[in-house]
Amino acid sequence: MIEIKDLHKSYQMGSNSLHVLKGINFSVKEGELVAIMGSSGSGKSTLLNILGMLDESDSGDYTLDGVEIKNLNETKAAKYRNKFLGFVFQSFNLINYKTAAENVALPLYYQGIKRKERIEKALKYLEQVGLRDWATHLPSELSGGQKQRVAIARAMAAEPKVLLADEPTGALDTTTSYEVMDLIQKINDQGNTILVVTHEEDIAHMCKRIVHLKDGVIMEDKVIEQVRAEQYV
Amino acid sequence: MKFIFDRETWQEIYGSIRKNKLRTVITVIGVTWGIFVYIGLSGAAKGLDNGFEKEFKDIATNSMFVWAQRTSMPYEGFKIGRPMQLKLGDKEALENQNPEIQFIAPRNVKGIFGDAPAQVVRGLKSGNYSTFGDFPVVDKIAKKKIFDGGRFLNDEDIEMERKVCVIGERVQKELFEKDENPLGQYIRIDNIYFQVVGVQKFEDGGGFEDDSAIYIPFTTYRKIYNMGDNVSWFAIAAYDDADIVGLEKDIKQSLKRIHKAHPEDERAFGSFNLGEAFGKIMGFSKGMNFLSLIVGIATIIAGVIAIGNILLISVKERTNELGIRRALGATPREVRGQIILESVFLTIIAGFIGIIFGAFTLAVINALTSGQDGFPYTNPTVPIPMIIGALLIMVILGTLIGLIPAQRAVSIRPIDALREE
Repeated sequence: MIEIKDLHKSYQMGSNSLHVLKGINFSVKEGELVAIMGSSGSGKSTLLNILGMLDESDSGDYTLDGVEIKNLNETKAAKYRNKFLGFVFQSFNLINYKTAAENVALPLYYQGIKRKERIEKALKYLEQVGLRDWATHLPSELSGGQKQRVAIARAMAAEPKVLLADEPTGALDTTTSYEVMDLIQKINDQGNTILVVTHEEDIAHMCKRIVHLKDGVIMEDKVIEQVRAEQYV
Repeated sequence: MKFIFDRETWQEIYGSIRKNKLRTVITVIGVTWGIFVYIGLSGAAKGLDNGFEKEFKDIATNSMFVWAQRTSMPYEGFKIGRPMQLKLGDKEALENQNPEIQFIAPRNVKGIFGDAPAQVVRGLKSGNYSTFGDFPVVDKIAKKKIFDGGRFLNDEDIEMERKVCVIGERVQKELFEKDENPLGQYIRIDNIYFQVVGVQKFEDGGGFEDDSAIYIPFTTYRKIYNMGDNVSWFAIAAYDDADIVGLEKDIKQSLKRIHKAHPEDERAFGSFNLGEAFGKIMGFSKGMNFLSLIVGIATIIAGVIAIGNILLISVKERTNELGIRRALGATPREVRGQIILESVFLTIIAGFIGIIFGAFTLAVINALTSGQDGFPYTNPTVPIPMIIGALLIMVILGTLIGLIPAQRAVSIRPIDALREE
């Protein structure tokens, strides 16, 4: 599904150049649930942003579902993002003046799907995350866990090839974190490929594979015994 | 193009406008005010224009008076200060020499230029009224409105030297009872009986007449008052396309020739050029129109710039939202299109509100001033092409000004936009 070869990325900080990713080689197969771990500054978010086409690498190859991702202009990137990727952010990033259903329907709008169908689909995905009854509520009327579930529903609504989650539990308490992880595991059970960036050990162990990043290189890449979040909920 | 007519696009725009009420309202006020000022000003200018036109509608606007004075230069053996006297025969000579003349009316009057007005008596009532000796053609130069049933002087009156008269409203009020019909009745003007054939409805038209004038046939007048061929002054109307200022000079030159005054004597004959005065007033109202156009458009531009300004701020405010939209697959084109459409849409809505308010204000002003006489302000309207022009300007400016925040919105990379909290 994802194929990365010798990925480099550095940032200009004034006169200094900060080499964030120093040759990453990495691949993800369909249906995997991968945790990318590392302390802050290890380059895990940068990696995710490059995977999400929100940022560009300096050198290296990136293939997503057989499509080579390079020389993207903004329009092309937007189309690929819409077609291939679903995003879940630490700070939820819901549009605050749209209801839960409208938020979930937004990527479908950019796919050119008609309004009626959009709303139907949005409600279906809200149902999946257990928030069918909250469809007409604004984000400000939802709890943090609910917001993140709406965000996950939104990411899933576009039926992406890969779901990218950047610290999805970073702003949530433990119980809510486990609820969200439970949801992510269930989505993964249906065969979806998911990448989770986290720095929390317990969250990482709820994935099926852990990739450790340190100072811009992969230190460790191991398959683990998945801990089901269900038992804590 | 499909993007503009897509219902989905408008739903997005409606959503974003509706959810940012304060911003929307503030934005709209700027342009509304602009177009309101524009409509109000150009409507008022038009009202003034119409008002002047109404004030002057009963006078041939291309007309003038000419009268005799004293010479100020000796000429051909005549000494300085010789009084000039217009003669009835001058009429024909002037007409022959100046083909631009459309109508020319020799006029005499008693009671305007310092002499005693006619003593008019009816039964026990009496009064002094200025009395004009007129040809029917004077009606063509300065319209005399006659109340229903009556008539103005006609050619037969002149030919037969009839003792008939047309009286002003005030004369009727003072000599007749309220419910009395003056038509066919007799009044005594300087001891000679005249039959009333018409009552004039008076409208101020910038002449010597007022509402207490009496008009009798020129021929009758000259017989009663022993005028011979003397004429007090000529009222002259030129064809619409004639140069009235040039004609004024030509006529005076002709008169000087006929009456043997020095060709360069500026004081032998006096004249008043209504056409010139009218032209000045019309020029003033044209200037007002132009001014209102400039001020109005400048205000609209200021309003549209305010829209651009506020959209720019709002784009900054919505950086995060726009970042989310782009992460979810909005292309730069879609983001740009949405912001430009928001700008244009707001501009147009604001414009319509401004037009409605402007029209309403004009209607109120019209209602307040319509009853007043002597206030040159009638039917203030703004021509449709000007409104369409204003809307067009707003759409174009709205698009152009929308481009700035739109460009700004897409120049922020989605990754940076998402980091913005």
